[in-house]
Amino acid sequence: MRGVRHYPGFLAITVLCLVVLYAPLLVIMAYSFNGSTSITSWGGFSLRWYADVFTGPESARFGQAAWNSLTIAVIAASLSTMIATAAAVAMVRGGAFRGKRATFALINVPLMVPEIVTAVATLIFFAMIGLTTGYLTVLIAHVTFCIPFAYLPIAARLQGIEGHYEQAARDLYASRWQAFRLILLPLLAPGVVSGLLLAFIISLDDFIITNFVKGAGMETLPTAIFGSVKQGIKPNIMAISTLMLAVSVLFVTLSYLINRKGRRSP
Amino acid sequence: MSDAIEIRRVVKRYGTFTALHGVSLAIRDNEFFTLLGPSGCGKTTLLRMIAGFEDVTQGEILLFGQNIAGLEPDRRPVNTVFQNYALFPHMSVLDNVAFGLKMKGVAADARRARAGRMLEMVHLSAFADRLPSQLSGGQQQRVALARALAPEPRVLLLDEPLSALDLKLRQAMRVELKQLQEDTGITFIFVTHDQEEALTMSDRIAVMSAGHVQQIGTAREIYEAPVNRFVADFIGETNLLEVEVASVAGGQARVVLPGGQALTCPSASDTLGRHALSIRPERLSLVEAGGDLKATVERVVYLGTDLQLLTRLEGGAEMQVRVQNSARARVPQPGDRLGLRIEEGAARLLAD
Ligand SMILES: Nc1ncnc2c1ncn2[C@@H]1O[C@H](COP(=O)(O)OP(=O)(O)OP(=O)(O)O)[C@@H](O)[C@H]1O
Ligand SMILES: [Mg+2]
Repeated sequence: MRGVRHYPGFLAITVLCLVVLYAPLLVIMAYSFNGSTSITSWGGFSLRWYADVFTGPESARFGQAAWNSLTIAVIAASLSTMIATAAAVAMVRGGAFRGKRATFALINVPLMVPEIVTAVATLIFFAMIGLTTGYLTVLIAHVTFCIPFAYLPIAARLQGIEGHYEQAARDLYASRWQAFRLILLPLLAPGVVSGLLLAFIISLDDFIITNFVKGAGMETLPTAIFGSVKQGIKPNIMAISTLMLAVSVLFVTLSYLINRKGRRSP
Repeated sequence: MSDAIEIRRVVKRYGTFTALHGVSLAIRDNEFFTLLGPSGCGKTTLLRMIAGFEDVTQGEILLFGQNIAGLEPDRRPVNTVFQNYALFPHMSVLDNVAFGLKMKGVAADARRARAGRMLEMVHLSAFADRLPSQLSGGQQQRVALARALAPEPRVLLLDEPLSALDLKLRQAMRVELKQLQEDTGITFIFVTHDQEEALTMSDRIAVMSAGHVQQIGTAREIYEAPVNRFVADFIGETNLLEVEVASVAGGQARVVLPGGQALTCPSASDTLGRHALSIRPERLSLVEAGGDLKATVERVVYLGTDLQLLTRLEGGAEMQVRVQNSARARVPQPGDRLGLRIEEGAARLLAD
């Protein structure tokens, strides 16, 4: 069979896709080092916009937003990963139980529901139970929508671990909890870390749901950037975006490396 | 001698499928007991029920007289050597062996010392710090054995522990396992579908088929005196003939073979009619004239120490004969017409 590479137009389409996907990112990264205040003309290499992010007039606002984003991402990723681990163990190791299919759907359907629908629904829900929107509502929403993302790598990893290890531990006088903590959890660790990092990135990056449930005055980095851009794009936005991109790339790479290493070992 | 394990009319169902149909067994203390049977007959299922990984649908299992229904696996003084070993991949060999002791609350010094002694026993002291993935199959097998023996269980369960090893290693391990069982005095319940393994190691063997125990006895008993067609056929080689019992008198039956030749053999019952008759090939000898049966040689296979002859009885039935190879005797040729002599008591009427 002829390789896909030999089909007519393959090269053109590939290049087009790559350009559409990556050219904007490259432009932003390049212009974050722009020396001029213009966002279209090049004024020589400079780090002034990075300095502006940390010391400029908007630095306090961005600092607070970054702090919110970071704490929410850390807490949401940790909690959702714990819940997802428990869910994965129940789903993969729990044998057959009533409502198993329904549970599976419950865990995974959020991945397919349009985010705007989730956002509106969550806002209405908070209003109905009388919870004032703010830091707490954002945190609750983030914990919730991170669960299915954390679940994926953990369940995948767990499916690859044979049940014999836990049985051998039980056979050697370990309680259920000891078998989980001493045997299953270390074997599951790469999946758990991977889920944790994925959840962290998803939380850090979220805009739509956050924007709905954050209430007035509370900002995360994405909402702060959006707010700033509405008043016109300034080069400091490009610097912030580049920093966020770097963090994301770092975490995704870590997640990938850990998962690959874990897959090779047992 | 007391019973280590008593299995009373145990039934196991998976949904509508019945894996065990009322199995009853008594395994004595300090015994090397083997469950032998073809794939799918329920050996692993029975072992898993003793270890506590599988519920008992019906019946009961007693461990030293105590009913163990409802006891979690960690509450049973029983350890298992798993078929795929299931060594903990993230722990060193020493930690693997010490795991059971740790769970039992043995102090760190004591358990390291004991784990070290167990590794010595299986000749793996030099490998204590390695990970299981850095060992060969045979070494992993011995670690699994040491790990299961370290907490001094009263009963050791072994599920086809040798099946992943090559022939030479398997034969060496048979001897080692048997020796280990005698040295430790622990009751071994050994599962295999390899009859040679079962015959060479076991004090007693339970032959199983399709969820039933067919026969329990020593290697000699089940080989020499199989109770039915399945056991006779499964253990070793045999000639199974459909015969007609014409008369029974004084414990001796007169049976007619297909083709019309007749012979006399011992019979426990006095039911007449169709039966199966089993005669082991090595219990037949060749005679120039006379003998119990007349046959024609069809094929001769040279096996070195032995000759295997395929003969056909007058009137149709095939009969395998195995004779010792000897330089003095003439090697029979296809087409030779010979007499077959049956050793005293070697022709056995089977119950079904
Ligand atoms: N969890 C299960 N659900 C349904 N059927 C099962 C289950 N486990 C075992 N069985 C069935 O029970 C029967 C006995 O299985 P078991 O594993 O005990 O066989 P075995 O004698 O150990 O065979 P082998 O020599 O191949 O290991 C088989 O027919 C098998 O298909
Ligand atoms: Mg089996």
